[in-house]
Amino acid sequence: MQTLRIVWTIFAKDMRVEWRHRETLASMCVFSLLVVFLFNFAFEPTGEESLRLLPGLLWIAFAFSGVLGFNRSFAAERENACLEAMAISPVDPGAIYLGKMLANLVFLAITEAFVIFTASVWYNFSFLPSLGRFGLITFLGTLGYATVGTIFGAVSANTRMREVMLPVLQFPVAVPVFIGAIEATTGALRGEPFSTYASWVNLLAGFSIVFLVLSYLLFEYVLEE
Amino acid sequence: MPPGISRAEATLELRGVSKYFGDLPALRNVSLRIERGDSVFIYGPNGAGKTTLLRTLATLARPSEGSVFFAGEDLHHNAAVRRAAIGFVSHATFLYGELTARENLRFMGRLFNLPELEKKIDSVLELFSLRERADELVRGLSRGLQQRVTLARAFLHDPTFLLLDEPFTGLDAASRENLENILRRLPEQRRALVFSTHDFDQGIALSKRLVALEAGQVRYDGPLSLAPLDALRISRRH
Repeated sequence: MQTLRIVWTIFAKDMRVEWRHRETLASMCVFSLLVVFLFNFAFEPTGEESLRLLPGLLWIAFAFSGVLGFNRSFAAERENACLEAMAISPVDPGAIYLGKMLANLVFLAITEAFVIFTASVWYNFSFLPSLGRFGLITFLGTLGYATVGTIFGAVSANTRMREVMLPVLQFPVAVPVFIGAIEATTGALRGEPFSTYASWVNLLAGFSIVFLVLSYLLFEYVLEE
Repeated sequence: MPPGISRAEATLELRGVSKYFGDLPALRNVSLRIERGDSVFIYGPNGAGKTTLLRTLATLARPSEGSVFFAGEDLHHNAAVRRAAIGFVSHATFLYGELTARENLRFMGRLFNLPELEKKIDSVLELFSLRERADELVRGLSRGLQQRVTLARAFLHDPTFLLLDEPFTGLDAASRENLENILRRLPEQRRALVFSTHDFDQGIALSKRLVALEAGQVRYDGPLSLAPLDALRISRRH
């Protein structure tokens, strides 16, 4: 219960800060919009081509907006050494990680909802027929990405070239998430039977669980000098 | 206080602590014991290791060699619990600019799981004369006011050990005098004060014990009255 209370306290704080600042979500949504917009003009896809391109397009937009989000998330903590303030409080460091990860997950989810809506309009594509499965895949992929992005965001926050370090550190680790998410999304949007892409969904779920637990246990060492 | 430890047992102790940043030794074989009621002035030139010493006591820096003990047990064992007894003020404010002073205190108070939190917040706001500005965003406050909020945050959970790294930074004359009065009362409240300041006269007025650091080593640790100021090359013109 204590851990849950701390997680909620940190999550609520991030939401309040973002509500007043509005910098993280705005930059993530604008960047994603740009990706969708430019892809449309670069490829001008027809109906079938849209179905082929959309999974990759969506996860590219999510990936790069995530980098912006994770960097901004820890920029706020770095500004006045607020992460250190949490580090010297009598809380489990893993709870700090979970609170930050939950906030990043919400920011990513909001951005993704915006991107999906925009893509459906721009590419004249309806996600409704496969909404349930597509929603599950998006959730698991986002969770996996957020678990990795949050811990590497904290690691790179105190480095000199943090904007470069974060993608350099996190993308090699997050590659399985994107491959699995793109493959599973392709299957879901094409209306294929679940069994044809279930293994990719299992990969996303397994990755999320493993990295969530690992990050929770290792976050203490990220906070130390 | 952490559960299972009474205030009577509370001591903070460095034993043979060295801290390296790469090849650079910030602290070298430092041994120091802080007990309740102590008021310790950490003094030294720039780069002497004062900040590293305070950060190590505050559990923000893990020693490269040696250990830090709290009530006789390794501080980093079950550190989360022991941190409840420590209040730390750093060069940074530890405050979120997009939250008000009151919201910042409420956030920290929830992390410390403080009972009667709103009452405690009102109390520290009153202590540091912040009531009228409590509901303004921190980013709109002057550096001096932010420093007062930072101090309020450090005092909020009623810590046994106050570790203050240049706490007078940015304070006006009235605020400095108020803080000096607060710090003078700490020993009689059986709390320990460990602080650094570049104002030597201010430091000796507030403490009974001097720890002089130079190049990461303790050159003197003892009563101020016995400190060999000439040998330590400490000039009162600071």
